[in-house]
Amino acid sequence: MRVMAQMAMVMNLDKCIGCHTCSVTCKQAWTNRSGVEYVWFNNVESRPGQGYPRTYENQDRWQGGWTRTRSGRLKPRAGGRLKKLLSIFANPKLPAMADYYEPWTYDYEHLLTAPAGDDTPVARPKSLLTGKDTKVTWSANWDDSLAGGNEIAAGDPILAKISDTVRQEYEKAFLFFLPRICEHCLNPSCAASCPSGAIYKRAEDGIVLVDQDRCRGWRMCVTGCPYKKIYFNHRTGKAEKCTFCFPRIEIGQPTICSETCVGRLRYIGLMLYDADRVGKAAAVKDEHELYAAQRSVFLDPNDAQVVAAARAAGIPDDWIGAAQLSPIWDLIMRYEVALPLHPEYRTMPMVWYIPPLSPVVDILRDTGHDGEDMDNLFGAVDALRIPVDYLAGLFTAGDPAPVTAVLRRLAAMRAYQRRINLGEQPDETIAEAVGMTGQQIDDMYRLLAIAKYEDRYVIPAAHAEQAHRLEQLGSECSLDYEGGPGMGGSGPFGESSGTPAPIDVENFHMLRNRQTADSSAAPDDKATRVNLLNWDGKGRPEGLFPPKTDGGEA
Amino acid sequence: MNVLLWVVYPYLAMAVLAGGLIWRYRYDKFGWTTRSSQLYETSVLRWGSPLFHFGVLMVLIGHIGGLLIPKSWTEAVGITEHAYHLMAVFIGTIAGFSTLIGMAILIARRRLTGPVFAATTKNDKAMYVVLAAVIVLGLWATVRANVAGEGYDYRETVAPWFRSLFYLSPDPEVMAGVPVGFQIHIIAAFALFAFWPFTRLVHAFSAPVGYLTRPYVVYRSRDPRPGLRPTRPGWEGPPQLPTRNRD
Ligand code: SF4
Ligand code: SF4
Repeated sequence: MRVMAQMAMVMNLDKCIGCHTCSVTCKQAWTNRSGVEYVWFNNVESRPGQGYPRTYENQDRWQGGWTRTRSGRLKPRAGGRLKKLLSIFANPKLPAMADYYEPWTYDYEHLLTAPAGDDTPVARPKSLLTGKDTKVTWSANWDDSLAGGNEIAAGDPILAKISDTVRQEYEKAFLFFLPRICEHCLNPSCAASCPSGAIYKRAEDGIVLVDQDRCRGWRMCVTGCPYKKIYFNHRTGKAEKCTFCFPRIEIGQPTICSETCVGRLRYIGLMLYDADRVGKAAAVKDEHELYAAQRSVFLDPNDAQVVAAARAAGIPDDWIGAAQLSPIWDLIMRYEVALPLHPEYRTMPMVWYIPPLSPVVDILRDTGHDGEDMDNLFGAVDALRIPVDYLAGLFTAGDPAPVTAVLRRLAAMRAYQRRINLGEQPDETIAEAVGMTGQQIDDMYRLLAIAKYEDRYVIPAAHAEQAHRLEQLGSECSLDYEGGPGMGGSGPFGESSGTPAPIDVENFHMLRNRQTADSSAAPDDKATRVNLLNWDGKGRPEGLFPPKTDGGEA
Repeated sequence: MNVLLWVVYPYLAMAVLAGGLIWRYRYDKFGWTTRSSQLYETSVLRWGSPLFHFGVLMVLIGHIGGLLIPKSWTEAVGITEHAYHLMAVFIGTIAGFSTLIGMAILIARRRLTGPVFAATTKNDKAMYVVLAAVIVLGLWATVRANVAGEGYDYRETVAPWFRSLFYLSPDPEVMAGVPVGFQIHIIAAFALFAFWPFTRLVHAFSAPVGYLTRPYVVYRSRDPRPGLRPTRPGWEGPPQLPTRNRD
C-alpha cells in the first residue's frame, strides 16, 4: 500500500444554473492574457450539446485518454512512445482553433474616432489571430441552453450513442449544465503523452501541472487529454492547463471557481488513495467496472491501518485529519451519490459529479405530477430512459444501474425532507428504500442542500514551513509561480520569452520596451500600454493617457 | 584570409553556438519552445513539416557520415569510393529535395495563412533567410558538382579540415582548393550555427529522446518557491498546537 493524498472536487449538478460566473472568474484569474484568449480552464457546457472544444468526447476522432491493449495493459489511445515521437512534427489529432473558436475583440476605437455622420458607428468584430475583420460564428458556449436546437445538439457525441428515437425528442426532454475543469486525474494521460516530461502530478496533493520552463511545445498533451483540458498558448508556444488554483489551495482557500460559484455547488476535499492499485484499477477489462474500480483505490481515512500507512508515507497529521472530514469522501463513498465523468477514458478523473435529478422532476411537474412524491420520482427514474441513459453515457460508461441508484437516493432525500418541512413525521421507510438511515439522509441533506462553506471546503494548508515573501505577497502575480504560465516581460524570442521580471521591476520600468517585434504577436504599441493592475497609484506612467495633441489637454 | 575564414570564423561561430545555448538555457527556459503554429493551420503543415523535418534529419545523418567518418574507415570495411558516392548522391538528393520542398511548403504557408503570418516575428524571418540560404547553397553546390561537373569528393578536403577543427590543429590550407559553391555553403552554415541559439531553432536541442525510457506518469514534489528563504532556526512556520506523535 502506497498512500497518497489527492485534492479532489465534487460538483452537484442539480444546483448549477449555468451562470458562467465560475468561467469568468477563472478567466480573470488565469487566462486573460494574449495567446490564451480562446482558453477556458473552467467552462460550462449545456447538455445535450457539443461541448468545448466541439465534440471533444468523440474519442474515435480525437484519440484522447488510454486504451486497454489485448494483453491487458494501458497505452495512450493516440499511440505509444515511438508513435508519438514519429508524429511529433505534425500531430495528426490536434484540435484546430476552429474546434474551439476563433478569439475576437471589437474595434471599439472606431466608436470614438468615427467622423460625425448620419450613421451610428458600429464596433466591428476583429479576429485576435489576424487582426482583420471576422465573423463571429462559434464560441465556448455557442449552444448555451440548447441554442441552435436540434441542429447543433445533434452533434453531441453522447447523444449519438443513444438510439435514434431519443435523438428526435430529446430537446423536449431535458437540459442541464455541466461545469468542467481539469480532472487532476490519478492516471493522467496528458502527463503520459508529454515527450519532455514537463507535465507532472504533485506528489503532495495530486494537482497536475505543466512546468512552463520544461514544456517545449510538442503539443502531444492536447491530444492525450480526453477532456481536452490542456490548451496550447499560441503566443508563447507552451501548454497550459487548470492549476486547481494551487496558490490558493496551498493556503487553505478553495479554487476561484468554487469560491465564486453562485449555486454554491462545489465541494473540495482530500482523498487518500493507494497509488499502487491505480494502474490495475484503470486497466480492468469491462468499462462498466471502472466506476467501482476507481472507488476501490480510495482508502478509508478512518481506518487505523490506513492512518498508520499514511503517516509512514509522510502525510502530515492535519492532512489525515482533513481527509477524515473530507466532503468528497462522504459524497463518493458514504452516500454514494457522486460519479466520475467518463470513467471509460481510464484516466481516473478526480472531479466527480452528482448527477441532476431536475430533468426528472421537471418532467413530472410539467406533466402535472407531484415532483416530490417518492413513488412518482422512483417511477419516473425507472421510466425516463432518456435522461438516465444520457447521464450514464456521461458518468458510468453507459451503465444505467449506478445512475439510477444515485437518482433514487436524491429522490428519497427530496421526499424525506418534504415530510419534515411540512411538519410530518419523518418516514424511515423512505430512507430504507434506498438503503440508508434517516440520520444519513439528514446528514446528506445538510451537506447538499444547506451546504455550509466550512462543510463544502475542507482544505488543509500546505506545509511550506518557510517565510513567505511578505513584502511581495499582496501585489504578486500568481502566474509567476513555478508551474504557472508566467507573465514576465517579453524577450526577443516571442511573447513573454525571457525570465519573468519581479513585479517591482516591472512597475519601475512601467512596461517599457515590452515588445519590439512588428506583428500582432507583438503589437507595436504594447510598450505604451499600461497594466493598471501593476500601477500603484503614484506618478503618471507613460501611456496612461493618450498622447497630447496640439492645443489639447491630455 | 584563409586563416580568418577557415580557422577564426568557424571557432568563433561554434563558441557563439555553445555560449549562446548556455546563456539561453539559463535565462530563457520559458522561451525555449517550438512555438508551433499547428493550432492555426493543420492541413498544409501536415505535409510540409514532416517532409522538412525528416528530410533535415536524413541530411544531418549524411553530414555526420560524410564529415566525421574518415574515408579510410569506410574503405577499410570494403565500401569503394564509387559505391559510397553513388549511395550518398542518391540518398542525399532525396533527403535534400524533401527538405527543400518541405521548407518551401512551410514558408509559403507561413506567408499565406493569416494567423500564421501574424505570429511570425522579425527574428523568425531572419532565421528563415539564413536557414534557406544554407540548404539551397548546399543543394546547389552538390547538384552542380555532380550533375554539371564530374563529381567532387569533399571527403578528401572538407572532411579532414572539419575534423581538424576538433583536433584543435586546424588546417586551412586544404580549404583553399575547394570549389566556391561548397565554400559559400560552409560559411553560411557556420553563420546559421552562430544564429541558432537566438532563434526558435533551439528546440532541436531538446529533442525528447528521454521519452522512450521514462515511465508514463511523472510525479514531482512541490518545489520551494523561488524567492522563499530556507528555514532559519527559530522560525518553524506559523504557530501550531503541539502534537504528540509528530515525527
Ligand atoms: S483531465 Fe487534467 S489531469 Fe486528466 S488528462 Fe486531462 S489535463 Fe491531464
Ligand atoms: S458559477 Fe456555479 S452555478 Fe454558475 S455556472 Fe459555474 S458552477 Fe454553475
